[in-house]
Amino acid sequence: MMAHAIFFYAFSIIAVISAIMVTVSKNTVHSVFFLILDFISISCLFIMIGAEFLGMIMLIVYVGAVAVLFLFVVMMLNVAQQKNQWFISKENSGHIPIGLIISTIIFFELIIVVGGWKYKPELLSPTISQVSNEISNTHSLGQVLYTDYIHIFQISGMVLLIAMIGAIVLTFRQREGVKKQSYLKQISRERSDGIEVLEVASNKGVKIDD
Amino acid sequence: MTDIGLGHYLTLGAVIFSIGVIGIFLNRKNIIVILMSIELILLAVNINLVSFSIYLDDLTGQVFTLFILTVAAAEAAIGLAIIVVYYRNAGTIRVEEIDNLKG
Repeated sequence: MMAHAIFFYAFSIIAVISAIMVTVSKNTVHSVFFLILDFISISCLFIMIGAEFLGMIMLIVYVGAVAVLFLFVVMMLNVAQQKNQWFISKENSGHIPIGLIISTIIFFELIIVVGGWKYKPELLSPTISQVSNEISNTHSLGQVLYTDYIHIFQISGMVLLIAMIGAIVLTFRQREGVKKQSYLKQISRERSDGIEVLEVASNKGVKIDD
Repeated sequence: MTDIGLGHYLTLGAVIFSIGVIGIFLNRKNIIVILMSIELILLAVNINLVSFSIYLDDLTGQVFTLFILTVAAAEAAIGLAIIVVYYRNAGTIRVEEIDNLKG
């Protein structure tokens, strides 16, 4: 139990500090790096608590795909040099105290919810998809994911497909002046277009490209 | 102190959620940081779902965490595509200079 506590505090402190650094660091590239650190420590927490499949999936999806996508866009848009101040101008910072107050209220509401669920004893009643101790976490997730939740699973596949199509359609651009291969032109070319038979007079030659 | 229960995990989720909300409210840089704050918020929701799922012995939370992961990936892809298109048209993605709607 002691080791659990030590690891929990270590990973959660790293996660909270890196989450703060995501929002306050001036360089966007540093923000992406701290986001990666945040995801890694949270997935370590997931693996520690017993949800090892989700921890690994989180490493693959977030660190491997989403964070690299963020880095790629930051690189492509050339915003890394914009080392902006947190407060750009004095007259434009009137929303900051209100934002802080609302965020603090949200935080304390969440804390109240954390304390309040303990007074609801029937919350711990057994539910449909029980976790069994004989099989591993990945095995049990696979058993419910492909049977009870198969429709939601397929709908999430559709969500990914539509997101892919949307991203391609949004960023697709047809440029002017790009030389392209035209298959129709190539296969409809006749022999008479390409070759011309000429009578070459002696000592005069042939004029090409007239 | 050494007995880590559900409350500790929920508090961690609340802290990260609030940091994400602060990041959206107080952002003065570019929109990419706002998207990253949204990812933080979704991560906090995932922490809540997974910890409830473990401590209540119910797999439903983990299944829905998978779906939230899917939606978060799709949202990041679409959002970044929109940012790329906007940068191509307007030449900037700084939050203060995006004021076409005069909001």
